[in-house]
Amino acid sequence: MTYIRPKFRHPDLPKNDLGYTTREYEGSLSTLCAGCGHDSISGSILQACFELSIPPHRIAKLSGIGCSSKTPNYFLGNSHGFNSVHGRMPSVATGANMANRDLIYMGVSGDGDTASIGMGQFVHVIRRNLNMVYIVMNNGCYGLTKGQDSATADAGSKSKAGSVNPFQPIDLAGLALELGASFVAQSFSGDKEQLVPLIKAAVSHPGFAFINVISPCVTFNNNPGSTKSYDYVREHIEATGKTDLVPEKSEILASYESGTGTEVMLHDGTFIKLEKLAANRDPFNRMEAMNALRNARNRNEILTGLLYIETETEDLHHTINSTDRPLNTLEEADLCPGAAVLAEINDDLR
Amino acid sequence: MPNSKVNDFVIRFANVNGTGSASANYLFAKAIFRMGIPVTPKNIFPSNIQGLPTWYDVRVSEKGYLGRREGVDLMVCVNPQSMPDDVLSVKSGGYFIYDCTKALNPALIRPDVTYIGLPLMEMCLREFTDPRQRQLFKNIIYVGALSALLDIEFSVLEQLLAEQFVGKEKLVAMNIKALNLGISYIHSNYAYPLDIRLERRDLVGDKILIDGNSACGLGAVYGGATVVAWYPITPSTSVVEAFEIYAKKLRVDKETGKRNYAIVQAEDELAAIGMVIGANWNGARSFTATSGPGLSLMNEFLGLAYFAEIPTVLIDVQRTGPSTGMPTRTQQSDILLAAYASHGDTKQVLVFPSTPKECFEMTAEALDLAESLQTPIIMMTDLDLGMNDHMSEPFHWDDTRKYNRGKILNASQLEDLPRFGRYLDVDGDGITYRTIPGTHPTKGSFFTRGTSRDEYAAYTEDGRVYARNMDRLLKKWNTAKDMVPAPYLYQKENKSAFGLIFFGTSTYSAEEAMETMAATGINFDAMRLRAFPFNQMVEDFIHTHEKVFIIEQNRDGQMRSLLINELNVDPQKMIPILNYDGMPITAHAIMTLINKNLSPALNGATSKILS
Repeated sequence: MTYIRPKFRHPDLPKNDLGYTTREYEGSLSTLCAGCGHDSISGSILQACFELSIPPHRIAKLSGIGCSSKTPNYFLGNSHGFNSVHGRMPSVATGANMANRDLIYMGVSGDGDTASIGMGQFVHVIRRNLNMVYIVMNNGCYGLTKGQDSATADAGSKSKAGSVNPFQPIDLAGLALELGASFVAQSFSGDKEQLVPLIKAAVSHPGFAFINVISPCVTFNNNPGSTKSYDYVREHIEATGKTDLVPEKSEILASYESGTGTEVMLHDGTFIKLEKLAANRDPFNRMEAMNALRNARNRNEILTGLLYIETETEDLHHTINSTDRPLNTLEEADLCPGAAVLAEINDDLR
Repeated sequence: MPNSKVNDFVIRFANVNGTGSASANYLFAKAIFRMGIPVTPKNIFPSNIQGLPTWYDVRVSEKGYLGRREGVDLMVCVNPQSMPDDVLSVKSGGYFIYDCTKALNPALIRPDVTYIGLPLMEMCLREFTDPRQRQLFKNIIYVGALSALLDIEFSVLEQLLAEQFVGKEKLVAMNIKALNLGISYIHSNYAYPLDIRLERRDLVGDKILIDGNSACGLGAVYGGATVVAWYPITPSTSVVEAFEIYAKKLRVDKETGKRNYAIVQAEDELAAIGMVIGANWNGARSFTATSGPGLSLMNEFLGLAYFAEIPTVLIDVQRTGPSTGMPTRTQQSDILLAAYASHGDTKQVLVFPSTPKECFEMTAEALDLAESLQTPIIMMTDLDLGMNDHMSEPFHWDDTRKYNRGKILNASQLEDLPRFGRYLDVDGDGITYRTIPGTHPTKGSFFTRGTSRDEYAAYTEDGRVYARNMDRLLKKWNTAKDMVPAPYLYQKENKSAFGLIFFGTSTYSAEEAMETMAATGINFDAMRLRAFPFNQMVEDFIHTHEKVFIIEQNRDGQMRSLLINELNVDPQKMIPILNYDGMPITAHAIMTLINKNLSPALNGATSKILS
């Protein structure tokens, strides 16, 4: 079977600050099932990068294994991508980031890739506050191997075949909060209006930015009784408020009701604007975010939006005091101490 | 014949782990080195931090033999726990030094051994007040006693202490005091020197004394490694520690104080190798160091790096397996695991250093090779080479040397290229061109993956395209044969029907065995392997000898299997010479095993030297 994407684009497609249309941010045609939530997330990533006017080659896309991990092939075709091994994307991203701190690292993973085989690497990349975006396309099941329950499937959720999952789910957003992640958000693949600004904010965040996106599996987990189906998620979603990213120097318009919104200034001078925050929501308070998430779960609700952000955060390069220059640009003169120094070292060993 | 024992003996120190004996024993070995006499210290230590027996063997060899030798001429036993065994390990006619503060158990007295009692505990209690000092200076007192018994020049010891404790005059003085306590005790109670003793020579030249792991760490600094990811595991830990020590001195930007390197201690070996692959993919030179269990864990990622063609450098400091095995003992037993690491058809490039100088050179070279070949390079060192000090040729660096980054396209090259094919064999050598992320806004990006793809990195499940790529990888493998370090031949042309093949730390003892047997008229040709894949020289060497003895330190003759598997050679003529008890192989063991396999006529000649 061949997939052919028409080359024609409307001549009046909007252009971003770089003069690019969304076309420069497209990837190969998706081979996922029609209606897959993951494709919507790919579209949101594409849209966010377009709106932020990021030169596509300044982004590196990384993934593990699974349906979700195939998606980096379907967006940002002008960016290098790395589809690594199952559950190990965080380590590859860590090495890549150490090599060149100037690129933007877009990590994509799934619930199997993150919450099971990759749990160790997931928690440790949070610990290190690696400067990257980490998106989990969370559908509660293993799609590529035909629908087995994953570790994020809710207890009591029913599979397509009718079996009920007896195990407690791993709440990835809750875990990220617990582990000290400096940016935690949750969203739904079907809510592009919410997801695009969240991705933009995550890209601008100078540390580890985690977004758990509920992304229904149309083929294996979209049945009645499943808590990750489109219908269930739409019925149980509870947004914390509207998020938007305001580029540097833009005028901030108070389009929200006074007293219900807030602004978060990021390191580069951009703002994240949070509108119509739900009552009692404070995105700077980790404890409050953990409670809100937990309370929503107890009500069988899925809390979405920006749950927590720490604006004064320092990433791994800062922690280990590595040079501001990308390490992959250093040359012999920067790296090799030379023969004279070696002669001294020899002398010390005699 | 007392003179035969000048500069030719083995001393063993029997200590308790964690009592500070290591630095005193090193002082002893270094003093001999400074007297211009070839010396090999070996630390035989338990997998334990405190309390278990530990030994330190020092072989002194006028002839320059640096392998381990069986038989202890002089035992310094300060560990009551191991004393019964320690007494037994002394050669007939040898010496046994012990702490006579407590009377020796009469059952431990052998008529053929000379006992020298030193009241170490008593002297320490009398002379020092601090409990830690009482323990530490016990060690220095016995070094003082040895200096009297063996004729170590006192000025050499003084100099070494002054160098060790620069700016801590008080400590130097206390150490000198302890040395003198030992010396005067011998002077007033025993005849000295012994028949085994030292005489200053000029046999060391400009050689250095260093362990292989430090040499690897330094080699990585010189070779331009910038990203290091690792997980602690004995005996490889000190590779990364050495890198860090040298990098802190040599790789910090003077203006900003920031580091021109990044070290990440990973959560496990899986993550360590993943980080190394990520960094190399992104254009930084990166390496990790591990040992057998870590290498097992890294197998999946090594397959990815092989298939996706990502430069990777891994230093495997081998220890005694399988499983946890004997983690503080040496072996050369990861060869097959490394050579064919990962599922599917994989072959990995291996290099085999045998001296600290080669550890330094091959680490730097591995970083070049990894980028030139765009594949993992696994350096196969071992605990004996890595953690023990060895007398080595000094390190050299050519300041005109440029790092060989291999086939990397820059932005202007991409601009001129009609179409970039990541896996397109443009040059016919199987090595394709790669691009580093971030190079060009619209050209040269590709999707790296472990799944099959065509020449342009597009996903494919077309079996013909897959096979074409696998064949191209084999072509690259053949190209590698003449890029990796060539084997070392000990002779210009064959002079014997018998050949010896060895590598790594089996080299010292193999050379000693070869020389010793040559002195009795049995000659061998020899080849030291330095890399896998094997080049034509290796095949020719085997084909032109009737019998080939493959000397290695594992149970299954792994290098022998690899040679048989990779080359068109007759297994019948490939004789395994093996040692796998966790202790470094000795010349004696090699000669004994070769002897068993030689014809009866030659057999007579070799048994003479083994008797």
